Amino acid sequence: PLHLMAPVWNQGTRGIHGLSKAVAPEDSQRKGRSLLQFLADHFYDVQALREYLLRKQVLKVHQKNRPFTHIKERFGPHAAGAYFILKQGGAVKFQGKEWIRPNTRGRFSLDFLKFPEVPVEAVDASGSAINYHGLDNLLALKELQSLWLRHCPHVDDWCLSRLHSLANSLQELSLAGCPRISERGLACLHHLQNLRRLDISDLPAVSNPGLTQILVEEMLPNCEVLGADWTQGLRLGPEEQSRDTASPIPA
Amino acid sequence: MLRRSLQFALGRDVLGRGLGTHRGGSTLDWNGKMSEIKKKIQSVLPGGAWTQLHDTSYLPPEHSDVVIVGGGVMGLSVAYWLKRLERPRGAIRVLVVERDHTYSQASTVLSVGGIRQQFSVPENIQLSLFSIDFLRNINEYLAVVDDPPLDIQFNPSGYLLLASEKGAAVLESNVRVQRQEGAKVCLMSPEQLRNKFPWINPEGVALASYGMEHEGWFDPWSLLQGLRRKVQSMGVLFCQGEVTRFVSSSNHAETPSGEEVTLKRVHEVHVKIDHSLEYQPVECAIVINAAGAWSGQIAELAGVGKGPPGTLQGTKLPVEPRKRYVYLWNCPQGPGLETPFVIDASGAYFRREGLGNNYLGGCSPTEEEEPDPENLEVDHEFFQDKVWPPLAQRVPAFESLKVRSAWAGYYDYNTFDQNGVVGPHPLVVNMYFATGFSGHGLQQAPAVGRAVAEMVLHGNFQTINLSPFLFNRFHLGEKVHEHNII
Repeated sequence: PLHLMAPVWNQGTRGIHGLSKAVAPEDSQRKGRSLLQFLADHFYDVQALREYLLRKQVLKVHQKNRPFTHIKERFGPHAAGAYFILKQGGAVKFQGKEWIRPNTRGRFSLDFLKFPEVPVEAVDASGSAINYHGLDNLLALKELQSLWLRHCPHVDDWCLSRLHSLANSLQELSLAGCPRISERGLACLHHLQNLRRLDISDLPAVSNPGLTQILVEEMLPNCEVLGADWTQGLRLGPEEQSRDTASPIPA
Repeated sequence: MLRRSLQFALGRDVLGRGLGTHRGGSTLDWNGKMSEIKKKIQSVLPGGAWTQLHDTSYLPPEHSDVVIVGGGVMGLSVAYWLKRLERPRGAIRVLVVERDHTYSQASTVLSVGGIRQQFSVPENIQLSLFSIDFLRNINEYLAVVDDPPLDIQFNPSGYLLLASEKGAAVLESNVRVQRQEGAKVCLMSPEQLRNKFPWINPEGVALASYGMEHEGWFDPWSLLQGLRRKVQSMGVLFCQGEVTRFVSSSNHAETPSGEEVTLKRVHEVHVKIDHSLEYQPVECAIVINAAGAWSGQIAELAGVGKGPPGTLQGTKLPVEPRKRYVYLWNCPQGPGLETPFVIDASGAYFRREGLGNNYLGGCSPTEEEEPDPENLEVDHEFFQDKVWPPLAQRVPAFESLKVRSAWAGYYDYNTFDQNGVVGPHPLVVNMYFATGFSGHGLQQAPAVGRAVAEMVLHGNFQTINLSPFLFNRFHLGEKVHEHNII
């Protein structure tokens, strides 16, 4: 069929680049393309708008991870770290005290500011927007024993490489469900020699969960590693399969 | 009457034969002619290539503000930063000329992909620090709307440099400089080494330095593809061809001391197309020499080094290709997931590759053993004689291993001081260099690209001061010496 440029002019393409992009008709006819994507292909302004919206999202995450230097200077690193976590929607446990959680409206009590010397023992930052920069606040907590980072969308391999600062105190770490963590980041965890419990289940970016589980167990011999079952990824033979269904206790 | 006109319309003459049959040729091919006419209309209307004579879309444009010779990671990095720092947007037309679009001999893709801050020259450390920052935020720098995010497969496992008695003092002072610049490196004694990495045999090691953060290795091919995709979206033009000639003009000037100097300016770059004698003269204002191992030849074409030896005119660009081998082996009992990039005191190095107990490694040959850089054939004897013994001594598990594959790549080796050349040439005033990194170009490419773009656009280095890396040092004899180049 003859693809003349006349219909394209009617859609108001601007600039030579816009025209050349319109020459590929099969892209624009793909089903399910949203109107915004389609417009972005033909208008520089719409493309700039999309880039701006993308940048705004990135800036939002950066804003959430800003450091609270004034709190750190006045009340010390433990209070600053706790404030940061609570602001993200996570929970904090001070040594000898109960868990502090923000309520459904995001408010939390500021009592902990009265005791700036009491160290933070456990942090539950699950589901928060903590990222590489926000981790600064956590790494100052030198007596942190337990850290839960389940389902954090911005925690990636680079973040794991920073955790070595907590090697002296950290005993429990949970990374379950983080979409950006791969086996390359897990390789940095060998610095955490005091780690006793590690949860690396449900990591979608890990290429071979069963093998990774074995390698991490070898790397951290004193640590209990919760994660994929080592048979995951293995093809069981027919005899083994029937044995499994017959009796749950291995012979 | 009607039947006759119908017959005629169908291309048959009165007698029912096809027109032109007595010529022995084809009948009036109505369908073929129709498609030809359609093609002609399509080509005439705007938006299609005007193919009146022939299609010239494979040729580079006739004018370009900046021509970058070499489309590897260095050339693409310069193109990216030029487009990013230009004011106003779209002011500069950049053309990247790459001889081989399969990158079969390019140093970038044959590289082992390591990045470290453990250098002794502060500028090198700063370059590497910025580059790792770039890699960490690569999806902010190289994001293209509607394309998937980039994953360079970075392994943050760090570098472990081992030093014998002789090198221990140097290592210690290097680590001090590195920590001053902001690198996260720590020193380890042989005891600590044995505790941390039980598979190492610390005999003969006096001191070790271990990078805790910002060091590791990644996939250079995905960085290259990411850069390529982004610069194409920013409007950089690509051309597959070889630079065969520079047309330049000379200008005589006098220095304050009365000496006569000849300043040259490149006006045209002749780009020859593959498998053809055809070339396109590209008029340009600035040429960037990012040709890697072949930068020396490109510089000679521009007239760098044509003069009596010992003078500035006679100083050639001391970059030549040097062949280096990389071997991939499998060792089932080898070191585990925590293995860093280990560089032994003897110069042999290895790193983990993947999860299957595979390791990549090699060694830099001494000056006498330098292999012939004519081709990229692998010498397997070299592994047996020079790479395996020191590694097996250092890691006893490597005594039994099986080599799976090997390849060779070029270093753009700077024979003067094994560090990069960045910045303009003093006499060929519009040629800028971004080459000669002798094996650590990949890890410095983002920062060097930014430095060259600053030099081109603003006339000086603004973020990292790379004046020690200018071309002048070859004439003045000021070596920027780095300890331990692998």
